[in-house]
Amino acid sequence: MRLRRTMMFVPGNNPGMIKDAGIYGADCIMFDLEDSVSITEKDAARFLVYSALTTLDYSPAEIVVRINDLSSGLGVQDLEAIVRARPHVIRLPKTETAQDVIDCEKEIERIEKEAGIPVGSTGMMAAIEGAEGVLNAAEIAKSSKRLIGIALGAEDYVTDLKTTRSDGTELAFARGMIVNAARAAGIDALDTVYSDVSNEEGFLAEATIIKKMGFSGKSVINPRQIDPLHRLFKPSDKDIEKARAIMEAIRDANARGSGVASLNGKMIDKPVVTRAKYLLELAGLEEEAEEE
Amino acid sequence: MMGRVDISKIPNIDKINYNGEYTPDAVTPKSEVEMPSKVLPSIRDAIIASGLKDGMTISFHHHFRNGDYVVNMVMDEIAKLGIKNLTVAASSLASCHAPLIEHIKNGVITHIETSGMRGELAEAISRGLMETPVVFRSHGGRADAIKNDELHIDVAFLGAPSCDVLGNANGYTRDETGATMCGSLGYAKVDAEFSDCAIVITDHIVPYPNTPLALPAVHIRYVVEVEELGDPDGIMSGATRYTKNPKELMIAKNAANVIEHSGYFYDGFAMQMGSGGAALATARFLREKMEEKGIKAHFALGGITGQIVEMHEAGLIKKILDVQSFDLTAAESLKNNRFHTQIDGCFYAGYDYKGAAVNALDFVVLSALEIDTDFNVNVLTGSDGVIRGAIGGHPDTAAGAKMSVVVAPLTRGRIPTIVDKVNTVVTPGITVDVVVTDQGIAVNPNRPDIIEKLEAADILLTDIESLKVRAEKIVGKPDPIKFKDRVVALSLYRDNSIIDVIRQIDEDDEEE
Repeated sequence: MRLRRTMMFVPGNNPGMIKDAGIYGADCIMFDLEDSVSITEKDAARFLVYSALTTLDYSPAEIVVRINDLSSGLGVQDLEAIVRARPHVIRLPKTETAQDVIDCEKEIERIEKEAGIPVGSTGMMAAIEGAEGVLNAAEIAKSSKRLIGIALGAEDYVTDLKTTRSDGTELAFARGMIVNAARAAGIDALDTVYSDVSNEEGFLAEATIIKKMGFSGKSVINPRQIDPLHRLFKPSDKDIEKARAIMEAIRDANARGSGVASLNGKMIDKPVVTRAKYLLELAGLEEEAEEE
Repeated sequence: MMGRVDISKIPNIDKINYNGEYTPDAVTPKSEVEMPSKVLPSIRDAIIASGLKDGMTISFHHHFRNGDYVVNMVMDEIAKLGIKNLTVAASSLASCHAPLIEHIKNGVITHIETSGMRGELAEAISRGLMETPVVFRSHGGRADAIKNDELHIDVAFLGAPSCDVLGNANGYTRDETGATMCGSLGYAKVDAEFSDCAIVITDHIVPYPNTPLALPAVHIRYVVEVEELGDPDGIMSGATRYTKNPKELMIAKNAANVIEHSGYFYDGFAMQMGSGGAALATARFLREKMEEKGIKAHFALGGITGQIVEMHEAGLIKKILDVQSFDLTAAESLKNNRFHTQIDGCFYAGYDYKGAAVNALDFVVLSALEIDTDFNVNVLTGSDGVIRGAIGGHPDTAAGAKMSVVVAPLTRGRIPTIVDKVNTVVTPGITVDVVVTDQGIAVNPNRPDIIEKLEAADILLTDIESLKVRAEKIVGKPDPIKFKDRVVALSLYRDNSIIDVIRQIDEDDEEE
């Protein structure tokens, strides 16, 4: 399982930030060619990100590149360069329909073939940033096997809804739709950015809500947001102990050849096991999440 | 009393020093007893009174940093008097001292001794402005040289935010109306004590006695009152804020982790944080660890910031030894906190003085412009070879502290920080124990004890060579800087031996 608690935005035209992007421990690094890059800088950013991905080592982070949308005419040019740099994931902005994903996937597949890259090895994620996209979230989430997750982009969404960002009420429906659609498709759900970087309290309050809702993580726009978010997602010692005990009981039952495991006299259901495994993975204890 | 004693009959009277027999002439009539005043009407009068002549050495302190008016005011008056061929021995110089260039061109100043230099003056020196190389000394080295008369100061011009008519001077005033405030006058103390003639220049004459004091009247010959000593904004800002730069915070966090597990983080430790975002921010992460573990520091040393003061006021640091106050919070604390004491350069870092406070440090966290694979550190010249820094207490504290930690980003822009050879050696690698960057930590191989402790705590270590390779992989290897043969400055180690030279930069290609 790959953790996606934090997806750090890095403007694709900022060499200083690009060269340091790997040092902060974000689960995913998202190089942006879209909104943070002005129209006159698009090609420079594209080449810069290409060079960075083919020169620097960002492991163990997952590398994501946000391209411009295909209708702008820039998206395909972005793909031509970036797919060849072998990022883990291409992030599609402003996804309105499943067709948007399918169209993008076609281009990626073509470029993979041309470049001799194994077809299907480039992952995708779709950012949903409008009312239409939110309504189509379920279909979008299931539109391609390449999708590793869908994300909410709140700024455009609230504009579309004729409201503004406030306490989160305005995002309740979109968040609900997106997390549910993602989980129904078996992929990750990522929440939007929190832009008031110096307000750690507000950031944590929002992060607490989305964690409770079931999101896998959140986009971050400053490295300072990474540690607090990872701490928030870190399970408590008590939860870890409980999960360990559950997995212990499962391994016992498996060793005995019994299909039924119990702990403290209670039978352990399958969802309980799944949750325990996820929790141990979140805690960085993958090896303890084994059933054998 | 006359006639009461036959002095010749006192046993062994020839072995006792005394001033004859008392007569009423020893008593000044009460009506004639008055406190003298050392106040002269102008800087010009003080220069004349001091007897300053061609070829002498004058000194200044740098407690007013980049807000200082004193150096330029005094030099203008000296130039007007036609005095030439002077040595300026400042504890440091800043960008605001660019007017010295004219005085050098006109032969008023022919030699400079300082800890640091920045801006136009530094640029001009690096381009060969002066015949005699500028001498850069550490704070400890300078104090030592003055005390030992290797650097003889004829006249010291010492700015002080408060002074009484006798010359008792301090870096703050207890009046609410005092304009300037610089906190500690630590570096000026040695100049006052050992110069032939010390002149206090103040913007605030206060009633006698101006206690507590930094410079005692016994060392002061003249006092001059001026309108302004400097620009308060340049002299000091409010509280130094912790950096928000995520990279510096990360380096600071790594440094705090190193300290925590080094064996030098125990109840009663002594520490110093150098200037620079990451070095200062290390205090913040240390504080968390101190609170978590219930550990307190016995004292903090050096340039003092508001953060150290906050820890002192929270009971986490027992005592503060302050040779230079970096911000208003520190200056206020010096004024108000009983165990916040100002100390002089010898007390702080004197090389000859075995009891120098740096020798009691458990650890120091220092910044660097460049570090080489032998752990030598440069804090004096930039990546273009031009002077843009200050030695400060870098080599003093690195040598004295049981563990010196140098913090720096692996690269700055397109410039690698870890290199094969530093431009200018300021602090020798044998005194640099740990290098902490954003992309890895390297311990000097001559400290296997620290390596062992950090490895036992699962702190990931690399070696300095790997850091250099990693830096070069990211930003490439810059072309070597081109220098001419001519030496424009000397870098002196804390014993005042020459550890390196700075050469004139070669810009011939650019001029073509």
